[in-house]
Amino acid sequence: MLKFVKYFSLIFFLISCNIVSSAENAEKLLKTDWTFKGPFGKFDRASLQRGYQVYQEVCASCHSLKYMSYRNLSEEGGPEFSVQEAKAIAANFEIPDGPNSDGEMFTRPGRLSDKFAMPYANEQEAKVANGGAYPPDMSVLVKARKGGVDYIYSVLLGYEEPPQGIKLDDGVYYNKYMYGNKIKMPAPLSDGLVEYADGTSATEKQMAKDVVSFLMWTAEPHLEQRHKIGFRAIVYLIILSILVYFSMKKIWSRIETEV
Amino acid sequence: MSEHEYQPKSKFGKWFNDRLPLLTLTNHLTDYPTPKNLNYWWTFGGILTFCLITQIITGLVLAMHYIAHADMAFNSVEHIMRDVNYGWLIRYIHANGASMFFLAVYIHIFRSLFYGSYKSPREIIWILGIIIYVLMMAAAFMGYVLPWGQMSFWGATVITNLFSAIPLVGEGIVTWLWGGYSVDNPTLTRFFTLHYLIPFLILGLVVLHIWALHIPGNNNPVGIDIKKPSKDTVSFHPYIVIKDLFALLIFTILFAAFVFYSPNVLGHADNYIEANPMVTPAHIVPEWYLLPFYAILRSVPDKLMGVIAMLSAIFILVALPWLDTSKVRSAVFRPLYKQFYWILVADVLILGYVGAMPAEGLYLLIARIGTAYYFAHFLIILPILGKIEKTTPLPLSITEPILGGALNAEPARSKENSQNL
Repeated sequence: MLKFVKYFSLIFFLISCNIVSSAENAEKLLKTDWTFKGPFGKFDRASLQRGYQVYQEVCASCHSLKYMSYRNLSEEGGPEFSVQEAKAIAANFEIPDGPNSDGEMFTRPGRLSDKFAMPYANEQEAKVANGGAYPPDMSVLVKARKGGVDYIYSVLLGYEEPPQGIKLDDGVYYNKYMYGNKIKMPAPLSDGLVEYADGTSATEKQMAKDVVSFLMWTAEPHLEQRHKIGFRAIVYLIILSILVYFSMKKIWSRIETEV
Repeated sequence: MSEHEYQPKSKFGKWFNDRLPLLTLTNHLTDYPTPKNLNYWWTFGGILTFCLITQIITGLVLAMHYIAHADMAFNSVEHIMRDVNYGWLIRYIHANGASMFFLAVYIHIFRSLFYGSYKSPREIIWILGIIIYVLMMAAAFMGYVLPWGQMSFWGATVITNLFSAIPLVGEGIVTWLWGGYSVDNPTLTRFFTLHYLIPFLILGLVVLHIWALHIPGNNNPVGIDIKKPSKDTVSFHPYIVIKDLFALLIFTILFAAFVFYSPNVLGHADNYIEANPMVTPAHIVPEWYLLPFYAILRSVPDKLMGVIAMLSAIFILVALPWLDTSKVRSAVFRPLYKQFYWILVADVLILGYVGAMPAEGLYLLIARIGTAYYFAHFLIILPILGKIEKTTPLPLSITEPILGGALNAEPARSKENSQNL
């Protein structure tokens, strides 16, 4: 009886944790083989670079990345563009600055130390341009949605015709995976929308995977370092535990024989 | 044990120790006679001390980089995560450390419930522990508000609004708590101040908790009084120290697994969205460690009664040493209590589960039954159980069951010289 209750409560606990984490998502999310998952997961540099290209050419017209700086593009653990490449990317953007010695605001080409250029001057402008919906900042987007990378990936690929009986207003689209199924963003990706410099075929799935990998990096720029340190820390702790365990046995053997 | 008792040798050492016996205090701490049969459930006191120190140290570093301002808090947290050297590590240790702290404290509390550690003569230790636990909840709640995400903001709104249930002065109190007419910058800055203060209050109470513990000494799995020092005890150092250290290391492996491999799994995704007073999240849920109380709060239809029920659920624990009328401490010798104990564990887990679910339909019904049972356990079952339960014979000393070889497996085996209560 006792054992039964014990195991029952344990199993119940584990199942409930599982339900809590997976509840509410009626539609099963699409999965793909993310390279950064798991204890040894790392980003695929080429994929991050392609992802940056997709972000820049497709998403950046509406979505900001306000916590990212151009210098991040060349930092370790990210897309790892060369410093020259990152400088060239930054120089493509006009960044507002000032006031200058005449007291006037001006724009200048971007530098490595600048934050990513914002698509809109303010939230109101962004809303007006997007039918009243504010395109969220994407810096931590994958951490800010239940389901994380799988959810964003699924939403990107989840556009379809609305089922019968569902009426959509103008400028509202049906998405299988979006919460509430209604989204104001039109399907952003289509085959061949961008032309990858490395010759990878720009299918819808490929682009979705690349840009979501890129967004995972913007949300967790130190993910690789975290995995690396974590592995060392846990190996260290396990070895130390084993040593302490045998020390403990040795020390306790003094009294266990004495009794 | 007295042969290796430390005495200061230097002239200054003697002079100092005569005036403040700090140097020979260590003698008490190392020689402190501890029951030799303590199992691993007893290692959580040390683990909790570790958790507290970890939270204080990581918190100090975070406070150097964090900005308590409604417009800058979220930004400054992202700054910590991105640009502060190892800021991500420090923040993830602090955030997951709170969960680890509560995991350990729940094990610590339920250990006490199983082995009757709250009973005479340890009531003051127990009550100090409850005060520490309440302060921990306050600190954790206010800490969760600091990143100023959506759950921070709306969690703060929901919890502070509970005070409005107080008749007549409720609304005034809420305005006073907020420092305005809604949760805003003044709320954030005062929460930050209090979040910084409370851990040091806890630290002081921990000292008292340990002091109070060292008067009667530890309870033990058999729950009987033992002679100290005797064959039943070992000195705290090195026996208990090394065992605590081993358990702590195992605990830190779990801790590290969360910090390095799933640092956000215990948090809520919405808290990575900056606070927005104009948008309410679909479900407002507190952190997992507060869920059972949240379920109790929501299971009562009336707001004021709900708040009273939630507070009673915590403070009923203060009365526990007097509600439990059984003279026998350890559940090992209480066959009926043992079963009710596990039902209580299951009940609290179920309450935690329904606390995370929307308060409607079947979930609400389960929450109500769970709440009723929770109070019934303390107010009805425990007082009656102490009177009617037929406990199994207690051993005379710890050494006896150890020699018998089966302490936890079959303690019911009666021995002729056992004392029957």
